[in-house]
Amino acid sequence: MTVLAEPTVRRVRESQLSRMLDGRNTLGAMFMLPAAAILLLFLAYPLVLGLWLGMTDTKIGGAGRFIGWNNFSSLAKDTVFWLSVFNTTLYTVVASIIKFALGLYLAVLLNERLPFKSIIRAIVLLPFVVPTVLSAIAFWWIYDSQFSIVSWVLVKLGFIHSYIDFLGDPWNARWSVIVANIWRGVPFVAITLLAGLQTISPSLYEAATLDGASNAQRFRYITLPMLSPIIAVVMTFSVLLTFTDFQLIYTITRGGPINATHLMATLSFQRAITGGNLGEGAAIANAMIPFLVVAILFSYFGLQRRKWQQGGGE
Amino acid sequence: MSDFNRRDVIKAGVAATALLGGSGIVPVRAAEPTWTNVPESGASIRVLRWKQFIQAEFDEFAAQTKKFSEKTGIKVRLDAESWDDIRPKAAVAANVGAGPDLIIGTLDDPFKFPEKLIDVTDVAEYLGAKYGGWYPVAEKYGKKDKTWIAIPQGATGGCMNYRISHMKAAGFEKFPTDLPGFLKLCQGLKKNGTPPGFALGHATGDANGWCQWLLWAHGGKVVNEKNEVVIESPETLAALEYVKQLYETFIPGVLSWNDSNNNKAFLSGELSLTLNGISIWTVAKNSPDPKQQEIAKDMDHAPMPIGVSGKPTEQQNVVVAYGYKHSKYPKAVKEYLCFMWDKENYDAWEKASNGYVSPPLPAYNDNPIWTSDAKITPFRDCMKRCQDNGFAGDLGYASAAVMGDFVVVDMFAEAATGTQSPKDAMKRAAERAKRYYQV
Repeated sequence: MTVLAEPTVRRVRESQLSRMLDGRNTLGAMFMLPAAAILLLFLAYPLVLGLWLGMTDTKIGGAGRFIGWNNFSSLAKDTVFWLSVFNTTLYTVVASIIKFALGLYLAVLLNERLPFKSIIRAIVLLPFVVPTVLSAIAFWWIYDSQFSIVSWVLVKLGFIHSYIDFLGDPWNARWSVIVANIWRGVPFVAITLLAGLQTISPSLYEAATLDGASNAQRFRYITLPMLSPIIAVVMTFSVLLTFTDFQLIYTITRGGPINATHLMATLSFQRAITGGNLGEGAAIANAMIPFLVVAILFSYFGLQRRKWQQGGGE
Repeated sequence: MSDFNRRDVIKAGVAATALLGGSGIVPVRAAEPTWTNVPESGASIRVLRWKQFIQAEFDEFAAQTKKFSEKTGIKVRLDAESWDDIRPKAAVAANVGAGPDLIIGTLDDPFKFPEKLIDVTDVAEYLGAKYGGWYPVAEKYGKKDKTWIAIPQGATGGCMNYRISHMKAAGFEKFPTDLPGFLKLCQGLKKNGTPPGFALGHATGDANGWCQWLLWAHGGKVVNEKNEVVIESPETLAALEYVKQLYETFIPGVLSWNDSNNNKAFLSGELSLTLNGISIWTVAKNSPDPKQQEIAKDMDHAPMPIGVSGKPTEQQNVVVAYGYKHSKYPKAVKEYLCFMWDKENYDAWEKASNGYVSPPLPAYNDNPIWTSDAKITPFRDCMKRCQDNGFAGDLGYASAAVMGDFVVVDMFAEAATGTQSPKDAMKRAAERAKRYYQV
């Protein structure tokens, strides 16, 4: 049996350690560690905590008990919750479609040679630059039942005889908050799509023009397919941000009238924080996850289908 | 022995003194309560309070806070937020154990997290003993079991704000004091094109205030003394049938109103009657605009009409101060409370607010501001006339949740607008309330 001297043992260990550290996998893992720690701490932990809270009867400032699916089963019988699901779906679908259409139109317009293009682009960006709460307050005034500028102008022009009850009627209120969301969200879609449009080579359009393609054909067979990856990303984000909107609703209507504009996010807040029932609030927030996953899968994978990108029929 | 608290000691002491005094053993003299708190050295505290509707009120509060700092050396950072924003901040502070040392917020919020709050029994008992006792409703808002967890600051009192000339034109010389008369007045106002309007949106103060009053005035209530949900009742149904008639007289838009809408509508001359604090009148009176000054001259205030029980059933926006255990300086918090609630300071602040806060201690009613103008006087007794929002049960998590989730307001809004039949609206409210009260 050979007995190694102490310095020899240390040298052998050091060389093993340095070899391990030099290895691709170990080094890669070490570089990944800080990012993984941040992800776990700030993204995964709150999500898991939210999932856990949704299965408890936790109240503000107190420890809760595990109650399984009780929160979800009581929500299933809660008409206000289902109204918020309906409102959220309507809000997201209508606002996202209109934001996309308007955003794409604006992007195409801004991609053309326009006079004062820089100023116009700056104006388009304005709604996105203004803090959400400020724009929400502006809309709150615009929709005011007594002082609405819209109603005032229409009355002065003789189109209507009494002020429009924008936020006092359930359906009026729903459309009003959708318009506010569209106003705020269009710049994001427009500017991002504009960035995508500028990556499309002009030679493609020149070739198509030489082949006799019309404007509509160039849009259909060049612009849309080339833009579809960025459309997928933009729409994913747009749907996510619209589905989880909170500030606009909370500032303009607080979910009223008669819960007609309560989105799942605002109802979750009302039940969890002002109502004090953290468990139920978390359960409502958790109920948003399946909807979000479906929306993301649809917009991300659906819009990225290769056939669509290549102008295929399906 | 653990059931023996400071109040019992004070009572026993007073009884013993009276007994001995009666027998001539010791001279009889009213016991002067003493305040012996010693704040932590180098203390600094952060106070978050409700945002002012009357600027002079906040300025005086800030000036007194400064005076407190100069006197005690305790630094105070004073912040203000709207009612609606204080509630979530208070909840988050309780949950995470960080944030302001003292919050002056609303209603039964402290009852949602009582174990997170500083025991302020000594402050409450000192003030109570010094000034002859609290209003029973103030005591209910401050005390959980035998411990005071909050010090009531009073109620930002709500009264019926009305235009005198419009009321007279509707055939009333005096503001009606009963429900049939009130409905008749509203119908008259509507007929004359000078409508009333009461918030039916998610307005924390105004909507909850008048809806709870109307429910109680008809003999209805969310829960009974055993905290059992009893909102499904003939009395509630009567209230909902009444509100359907009342709603027809309202100015359009009330369904979307928050706490500031009725102020704006009243000051623009479009509204003749609403439930509000004294702020409409104060703003109009102090306005340089002659039109608003005219409105101030033509308006007056009245208590809410009395219903079937024959006694006032008002719900008022009671404001309460509560300190958190997470504070490093709980004694400084108590010192601050004691200073700000001292009669001399409270009176000066009340004067600056033009009678915005109805006092929690009857002894504070002798402030000359209450009789300086007859239009201010109805606000003085708001605490005397009000019921706590847990009526007829206890204040606690469930009562706060029912109010925070607008269960009663939504029920009235649904019935008033015909979105639901009164029976269905009542049933839906009962289902929602039961979920909070079943815990």
